[in-house]
This record gives sequence, structure tokens and C-alpha cells, in this order.
Amino acid sequence: MLNLRKSGVQVVYRTDAASPRIFRLTDDPQRPKPLRKSEGFISRNGVMPEGFAWYAMLNASPDTPIPEPSSAVFLPDTFNYLASGDIVRVDAERNNFDVLFQKLAQHHTFLLTERCNHFCLMCSQPPRNVQDGWIVDDILALIPLIERTTPEILFTGGEPTLLGARLVELVRHTKSYLPDTGLHILSNGRAFIDNAFAQTFAEVAHHDLMFGIPIYSDQPERHDYIVQADGAFDETVRGILNLKRNNLRVEIRIVIHKQSYERLAQLSQFIARNLTFVDQVVFMGLEMTGFTKANLDKLWIDPIDYQSQLVDAVNLLADSRIHTSVYNHQLCITDPAIWPYARKSISDWKNEYMSECIGCAVRDNCGGFFSSARFKYSSHIKPILEKALV
Amino acid sequence: MSKFQPLASYRAGQTDDYKLLPLRFSELDADRYLLSNFVGEIHVLDKAVAREFFRHRLPSTSAHYAELKSKHFLLDEDSNVAIDLLALKTRTRLERVSQFTGLHLFVVTLRCEHSCPYCQVSRQNDDKTNFDMSVENSERSLDLVFKSPSPHIKIEFQGGEPLLNFRLIRHIVEGAEARNKIEKRNLDFVIATNLAVISNEILDYCRDHSIHISTSLDGPRDLHNKNRPRPGGDSYERATSGIDKVRAALGRDQISAVMTTTNSSLDRVKDIIDEYVSLSFDSIFLRPLSPYGFAVKTKWYDSYDNEKWLKFYFEGIDYIIDLNRKGVQFKETYASTVLTKMLTPFQPGYVDLMSPAGIGIGALLYNYDGAVYASDESRMLAEMGDNRFRLGTVSDEYETLISSDALLDPLEASFAASAPMCSTCAFEPYCGADPVYHHATQGDYVGRKPLSGFCNRNMSIFKGLITRMESDAYTRRLFTRWANR
Repeated sequence: MLNLRKSGVQVVYRTDAASPRIFRLTDDPQRPKPLRKSEGFISRNGVMPEGFAWYAMLNASPDTPIPEPSSAVFLPDTFNYLASGDIVRVDAERNNFDVLFQKLAQHHTFLLTERCNHFCLMCSQPPRNVQDGWIVDDILALIPLIERTTPEILFTGGEPTLLGARLVELVRHTKSYLPDTGLHILSNGRAFIDNAFAQTFAEVAHHDLMFGIPIYSDQPERHDYIVQADGAFDETVRGILNLKRNNLRVEIRIVIHKQSYERLAQLSQFIARNLTFVDQVVFMGLEMTGFTKANLDKLWIDPIDYQSQLVDAVNLLADSRIHTSVYNHQLCITDPAIWPYARKSISDWKNEYMSECIGCAVRDNCGGFFSSARFKYSSHIKPILEKALV
Repeated sequence: MSKFQPLASYRAGQTDDYKLLPLRFSELDADRYLLSNFVGEIHVLDKAVAREFFRHRLPSTSAHYAELKSKHFLLDEDSNVAIDLLALKTRTRLERVSQFTGLHLFVVTLRCEHSCPYCQVSRQNDDKTNFDMSVENSERSLDLVFKSPSPHIKIEFQGGEPLLNFRLIRHIVEGAEARNKIEKRNLDFVIATNLAVISNEILDYCRDHSIHISTSLDGPRDLHNKNRPRPGGDSYERATSGIDKVRAALGRDQISAVMTTTNSSLDRVKDIIDEYVSLSFDSIFLRPLSPYGFAVKTKWYDSYDNEKWLKFYFEGIDYIIDLNRKGVQFKETYASTVLTKMLTPFQPGYVDLMSPAGIGIGALLYNYDGAVYASDESRMLAEMGDNRFRLGTVSDEYETLISSDALLDPLEASFAASAPMCSTCAFEPYCGADPVYHHATQGDYVGRKPLSGFCNRNMSIFKGLITRMESDAYTRRLFTRWANR
């Protein structure tokens, strides 16, 4: 697992250089000069070509002289993975360093706000009621620096729609600066109960925008219980209707746990019958982080124990010609009947395998685990040996 | 105290107080009712449980309560988004009506070189060219076709044997294509042919103009040739070699086949299906005879009753289910149509199973003589001397035809949701109005349903299909796939 942030870093900050707080890195000593004044150079072994706004000093002595008017941040070896195209933020006042964008990662996730109007039992990112509008400012600054060949980026929260018009601004910004990049926004969809709000996103006419919205049960009160918000089910469903009314794309995301597994097939039936126009449905394994740990007794069920419900649910949607995927499930505890729907979906910096996986023949096709799964995972994990595959 | 609230605090309907949403129920068998709502959701309940439900005494902890709530049979304090979703599903079901006529049938000739005793269109011998459609009338017909606002236009060439007037087919295809350069509709062509006179020239033309072929195949050689006599007694040989030629020229899926059930078919459903499987069709349409044309005159229509046909049909359905279990992907077309109405929010465009009826608004027929009819069956009836569903001629204005009393009266009278006995029938969402059939058999657009062969046959089919999928998970999944073909 990669280390993405560090506090207490040593920073040499030249205020007169108008150095950006957020900048893109390169390790190319031949980098064209016009680009250097807005970029950072990854300095290994003391190499410091002139003219960069920043130097990211890897394993350098803290008293290495930094040429005027450049700034520098001194980083330990754990950041040796930094590469050209990565985007970082240096907070010189608080001595914080953050990697905001890793070019080589497969998934690019941006948290837009920590605020939320849900309080989900299994929230992986427990909400905080804070004024964090600065995050949007940072992301607006960062988007133009992202490599244009990036296939997809993901906005999450908190609840991004709480940003209102600022979220629309962000979508417009990604359309403008990343014309070949898909944009996935995770939202509870409730804000779209206001059709005019949904319409503003349609008017942006983004080339590849999808909203990922959770529905956890066909039973309104059970959904409301899981997200700890009364009336949420009705608003989410109406929100989805408004998004589709505006021809926006919608993915339904279903996290499977003890409170949701029993009626998965009925939920599929509800979706096929009422929301048949959604663009895809995703079933997801539980992530052992955030509130999940606190609610473990209410949430944990070994995935092996809900396979029959999951198989029925996946088959029903697939038979209804709805694009269906299963995320975060290890193949050895997933019924082979639904292997064709299982995707490798875990963000690479969260993704790991267990000691039980040694010798497994299908590991390369398996999503593996969230690193948080070390806390708890299925007791039925076992290597699938080549022989067993026929 | 936990910052998380328990499930109970999100359950507003604690008192088991619920409202019934509009629903109907009919007896499925001695012990069970079938419940349906007006968007076609299905729920089967034991009669005793159903009574508790109707009396507002079903506890919210009951498994049926959750199902009935999920399928929009009841409403409680927890949620009212059901109303929005019911409205949406109603619009979806009726969408086809708003699009108006999509299927346009051209009887380019009534001549045929076959002499099937069950012919329902009353074909003429193939030397009588006064039974051909004129070029002039075909052009007027095309004008009418493109007056329909439907984004999907399917032109189906019918007969007689339409290939006997292939020159006119070419004229119509090219005329339609020329008009469509401006109209930009989804334009499809189908030729319904017995394939006996198909030639390489015709095949090349069909390939170049993406014309789909629909043919007749009644089963194995002996049965087919007995049902479908022609000079030389080689209908089967010509049909099967025609199927091969069409596949080679146009592609495997560019041909489909339909069968007609005669008295001789009744104990041979497996042979018939096997014939289709061995010819690598992936579906069959098991069709009973209809009360029109020679089928009535020769008394072939009366040669078997509904009961015999239903036995034949379900023997076929069970055999097809069994084939699927053994890995052969094969389906029955009529069941698939019904199942789409039962298991999806969508309405298939099959004329007989539409309400409002499919006549006129689902299909229009341009006859060889320039008359315009409300459906294929309407002109079959006209050949028997009954012009009730003749809307006018191709020289009339589109608006005149489509707003004629000959169309509007039967549409209004037969609308199933308000017809006696249909309005209270739980199977109504899956059924159709079919005023032509009821007029032909009872002299009335609505008819008395207990005497209606249409009602009896379809009701039995609905019950048979539901019973099969309720009792077997494999069948349920298979039927879901058929419904979503």
C-alpha cells in the first residue's frame, strides 16, 4: 500500500516565487524550459536541473542548498514511487505533503467534501460537518494538470451534490480540460429530486459522465435504515428518475452485507421492473473501514454465505439485459456461475492478497482484497489450483 | 447511546396500516389467486393469505407484505414513490400507442401456387392477374405509410404468395427507401413467403435491401406436404431448400418460420419442434388456426377445439423447456410475447394481444384491390364477404382512414380494461382486445367472454405459463430470458 500523505515534511518555500501549492511532477531532466516554472522536479541522487518551480528531494540531506527562486520539499524513501505526471500539494505553513494524483494508478479518486446527508452503517469515509469548500478550489486547480490520456476519474465524498452549483462547475471544468476522460460521480442522488438541478448537469453535455447511486433494498425502510436517513429511498429513486429523464447515465451500487443480502434478488426484480433504463448495476463487497468496524456485528456476513442470493440477483439483472458487475469479491468464494460478472475493481493502493492466495491459479483475474480486509475477511479463502479449473 | 438508529425507527407503518393500490385478482387454481396490477406486476397468493391482505390484516412482518409492497400492490406510511413509479410504468406500457401505426402490410397479390385447405386469406389461382396490386395503388399506399408518425416502420409483403408479384415488391421497396431519405425512420422490410418460387435474383435483391424473410413450416415432410399441397407435392422440399438458400445469401437470422396447427399436427408437437431444431431455428410460433377464409369453408377450423389445441400447445411448451434444460436454446414465440407483458415493463407490438386493440393503430393493411383494412384478419374477413373492418381505400386521406368509424367504434367498444368480464380479470394486462375475432365469431366487437375461444385459449395460456414458472426456478429463469429476448 502506497503512502500518499506526510505531515511534518521539511519545506523550503520561496514566497516571492509565486510558487503554486499544487503542481505536476516530472523526472525528465530535459524537460522544456517553459514548463519548468510551473512544475516540480523529482530529484534523486542530487540531480537538480535548473529552472523548476519546485524540487521534490528524495532521500536528500535536509541542508542541500536549493537554488533561488525555487522551492523544495524533502521526502523520505516511501515516496520513491513518485513519477512523471503525478500531481502533489505542498502546504508550506503546516508542512504537509499530499499526492493528489498518481498517473500510473488505475483509479483516480477525488474526495470533494466530507459533508454528507447520509450516515451509512458501513460508510468507508465517515462524514464530518466541516466547511471544506477549499477542497473544490484545489481540485479546480488540479484538473488542468491531469494527463489528458487519463481514462477515467471519480468524484466522491461525503455527498458531492451538497456542493450544488460548485459541483456543476467542476463537471464543466473536467469537460473542458479532460475531453477524453470519463467522469464518475458517487452520489446518493437525493439532490436530483430537484429536476432543475439534474437538468444543469445535462446542460453541461459532458462527453462521458455517470452517476453511481446506491439503492440497498427494495424495501424503503430498510434502505433508509442502512443509510440512516428517513425518506432517503423515495428521494433517491425520484432522483434517479430525474437523472434519466435528462438522459444522464446512472449506475446503481449495492453494497452487500448482513442488512442487505437477504433481498438482493427482490432488489434486482425491483430495478428490472421500475428502473430498467439504468445504465449498469454493481454489487459490491463490504470494505472493512470507517463505520463498518464499529457496526461489524450488524454488517458482517461471510460472502460465502450469500452466494445463492447474489447469483439469483445477478442472473435476474443479466437476464433482463441490464449491464451487471460484481466488485470486491474474491473468486475463490464467488460462485463460478457469476465469475463472468466479477471485475477487478479495487483501487490499486487499497488492493492486496492474503497468504492463503499463494499458489492460486486465478489470482491475476481476481480483484483481491481491500488492504483494510486484514481486519476481517472470509474464512473460506483458498487458492484455486490449476487442476481444479479443468 | 449509539449514534446509529435501529431499523424499527425507520419503519413508519408500525401499525400494519396500509392502503391497497389498484389491483385485480383471479383464481389461478383451487388454492391460489393470481394478483395483478394495471402495469402487469404479478403476485400469486394462497387464497387465505389473499383474504387477509384484502381485509387489511396482513402483518408487515409477513414475507408477502414485503413482496406486495415491492410490486406496488400496497402503500404504507414509509414510502409513496410507488405512485411515481406506477405512473412511469403506465406511460411505458402505453408508449407504443402514442407512436401509432408501425406495421404496414401490403397484399401485393392474392395469387398463390399453393392450395392449402386451411388458407385463411382465400388465395386465388396464380393465373388471375386481376388479383395483383397496381403500381398506382402501391404508391398511394406508400404515401399513407409515411403519414404514420411512428419512428419505426415495418413494411410486410403478404399474399397470396407475394413473390409472384416481385416486380411490385421492388417498386415498393425502392419507393419506401427514396421517401425514407427524408423521413429517416427505422425502416424494415419483411416478405412472408412459402419460398417455393424464390430465385437467386430475388435473394440478391433481398440481401442488398436488408429484407427479412418469414416463411411457413408446419413440421416434418409428411405433415407439411399434407397441410400445404402444391403442384408436384414438394412444398416441404422447396421450403427447406429455400431456408438454406436464404441463410446462405442473407445470414442465419434473416429468416424466421411460423407453423399452423391442423388436426394432423395435434399428436405430433415434438416432431414439429424437432424439425425446427434440426433446421437450426431458435424459436417456433405454435399457432392455432383462425376462423377465417378456407379454414372455415373446408371445416378445418372446426376440426379441433381449444382443449385439444391447448394440450398440444403445452405439450410443446414442456418439451421446449426440457430441450433448454438439455442445453438447446430454443423458445416459443407466443409465450415469449406473453411473458414480456408479464415480466417486463414493456409492451410487445403483437396485434392480437394489444388493448387498445392493435387494429389500425398497431397495423394497417393495403389490399391488392386498393382497399385499406385495419389488420390482416380484417381483410381475411372481407374475402368472406364481411367488410366491417374496411377503413376505406388508398385514395382516401390518412386522417379520414384513421378516424373512420370503422376503426374508432371497435377500438372504443373492445378496450379490454372496460369490457365486461375483462375489466375485473387479473389476466387483462397480459391479454388483448381483438374485436375482429369477436366480431367474426360472435357478431360483436366485445363478445361474451365465457363463449370466446380467444378468452378461453389465452386465459389457459396465461395460467399455464404462470403455474410453470411459479413451481420451478429453472423455468422462471428461462421465461425471464424469453421475456427479455
